[in-house]
Amino acid sequence: MGQKIVIDPVTRVEGHGRVTIHLDDAGNVEDARLHIVEFRGFERMIQGRPYLEVPVIVQRLCGICPVSHHLAGAKAIDCVVGVGPEGLTPTGEKMRRLMHYGQMFQSHALHFFHLASPDLLFGAGASVEKRNVVAVAREYPELAIQGITMRKFGQEIILATAGKKIHGISAVPGGIHKNLSIADRDRFLVGEKDFNINKMVDWSVAIIDFIKNYHKKNSGLMDSFAAFPSNHLSLVNKDGGMDLYHGVLRAVDAEGRKILNDVDYREYVKHIQEETKSWSYMKFPFLNSIGKENGWYRVGPLARLNTVDFIPTPLAQKEFEEFRAYTKGKPNNMSLHTHWARLIELLHSAEKMKELLNDPDLQGNDLIAKGARQREGVGVVEAPRGTLFHHYEVNDDDSVARCNLIVSTTNNNEAMNRAVGHVAKAFLTGVKEITDGLLNHLEVAIRAYDPCLSCATHALGEIPLRVSIYDSNGMLVDEKAT
Amino acid sequence: MRKKIVATTSLAGCFGCHMSILDIDLRLVDLIELVEFNRSPITDIKKISKRCDIGLIEGGICNDENYHVLKEFRENCEVLVSVGECAIMGGLPALRNNIPIRECFEEAYRNVPTSKSGGGIIPNDDELPIILDRVYPCHELVKIDYFLPGCPPRADLIWETLLALVTSGAELPYELVKYD
Ligand code: SF4
Repeated sequence: MGQKIVIDPVTRVEGHGRVTIHLDDAGNVEDARLHIVEFRGFERMIQGRPYLEVPVIVQRLCGICPVSHHLAGAKAIDCVVGVGPEGLTPTGEKMRRLMHYGQMFQSHALHFFHLASPDLLFGAGASVEKRNVVAVAREYPELAIQGITMRKFGQEIILATAGKKIHGISAVPGGIHKNLSIADRDRFLVGEKDFNINKMVDWSVAIIDFIKNYHKKNSGLMDSFAAFPSNHLSLVNKDGGMDLYHGVLRAVDAEGRKILNDVDYREYVKHIQEETKSWSYMKFPFLNSIGKENGWYRVGPLARLNTVDFIPTPLAQKEFEEFRAYTKGKPNNMSLHTHWARLIELLHSAEKMKELLNDPDLQGNDLIAKGARQREGVGVVEAPRGTLFHHYEVNDDDSVARCNLIVSTTNNNEAMNRAVGHVAKAFLTGVKEITDGLLNHLEVAIRAYDPCLSCATHALGEIPLRVSIYDSNGMLVDEKAT
Repeated sequence: MRKKIVATTSLAGCFGCHMSILDIDLRLVDLIELVEFNRSPITDIKKISKRCDIGLIEGGICNDENYHVLKEFRENCEVLVSVGECAIMGGLPALRNNIPIRECFEEAYRNVPTSKSGGGIIPNDDELPIILDRVYPCHELVKIDYFLPGCPPRADLIWETLLALVTSGAELPYELVKYD
């Protein structure tokens, strides 16, 4: 008789989830599912509201990376006001870029220090009282202060560019409504004590050393844990380099062959479709040309390091070369290497912020561009967790007619399900009960994708994990919560 | 003196209010000297394991699961605080309150341009919680003792509120308590 196992949810992952594992008659894992249990209905709610509100409202889907939604929404509306993604003034575009790299920096710092470091420092097997950032602050105060300061730096950059640390207001259709004051600029360049951009670059380099050392000691785990071949998708700059704010869509397969060759993201509907499954509110996107079965892909730091040809800042480029050399130039398909990739992007973001802070265009006064009104707009950015699509159609009276969103975590839906399946198989061969090891490792697998389940279903909550096992008749065999 | 125990949760919210808690920055290090965290996404503790002094709620109530968590908090916390617009008034999720839920599903799973080759199923499974007819503010379902305005409330407001609750009785300056 087959069986099914349920796991409910994952706190340090942002959002609500539940895992069920279905066993076949022989007791082997037949299917493992990550259910996303929240639903918002944003696509319908936004209908009828003025398009001007879009960049401000839509970020309320996710307070973890609101800037990404703010900017993807603004880029879509740029098209509606006829400015298009490439028609912004230099000040407009660079202010937005600074905001975006500030966001990337704070989000990656947050992930590393608040979400990942407890597992890395204390081990996935440590007790719950220990496996959290409060314990890190107590036992490694220096590291905690560094982490908090880095996140704060990113948040202050957002404050200076977006007007608020969370749910900012500065990106407006066709541009930005403020420039960067000299006082703000100098505060970031010189700063007090450790609060300056050079320190952020130094600390980022040091953290990459930390993860590389960790990898040396734990390469068995990091290389094999939830490792599986997949396609990878992201925006890349037209020259093939990393660009997190704007570019063309590229996808490569597990061997590195280009399966989506630098296409205009405004035509994403041609290339990407989504499947719905009855058991999850989160949809399953796939590449149209390949189909549902094999057309799924990963997004996020790991995917980006697999799609880009190079990183256009020197220190991050050096790290990128080392990262690529480890897999001999082929795509890296190891889920836990996402942590390593994320930190290389942390460094890249610091370098980018430094470059932008030194750019006099940020003190320019030409803030907003104008154009001829269009009926439709698509905006795409690389959010911390991956490619984020916003698409709006607008009525003649300026109200939103239709909206479509594909958020980063949704793009990783199938990959997270695969990761869960891998862990389930590894732990449940011949065993039918839910061990703490299984629970912890499922969390570690899901967390590697840093899923922000709130924006994925356009919803969020803390995500404790409940695992249940069901047999082939649908009877509950075992159930346990973390 | 015994440390006060604090629990926090995010219901139908965007997590921005929790991010604003983290925005107290280095005061976080002082905070963990002042209070002990129980259930919270910040500590990874997933069930309230003892009686708490202060409960902070982010987000309103949009499904049955949110409601159970809110009840768990009310039953186990001396003082319960609605943090932010969503907890106080429903916030962005409550934009759906005037729209039949069916229309929201139809739009999200059938009408969007990327659902053409996807099959057009609307999710429906025992594992999914029951979505309520509308999004409720917390105080409509349980008693709430304090309300912190803002979307999210600023970190300084959250910090001063916690200090006031921990040292019991301190007054919050009026300038601090304002929207955004
Ligand atoms: S009040 Fe604002 S910041 Fe807080 S959960 Fe609601 S939308 Fe997010």
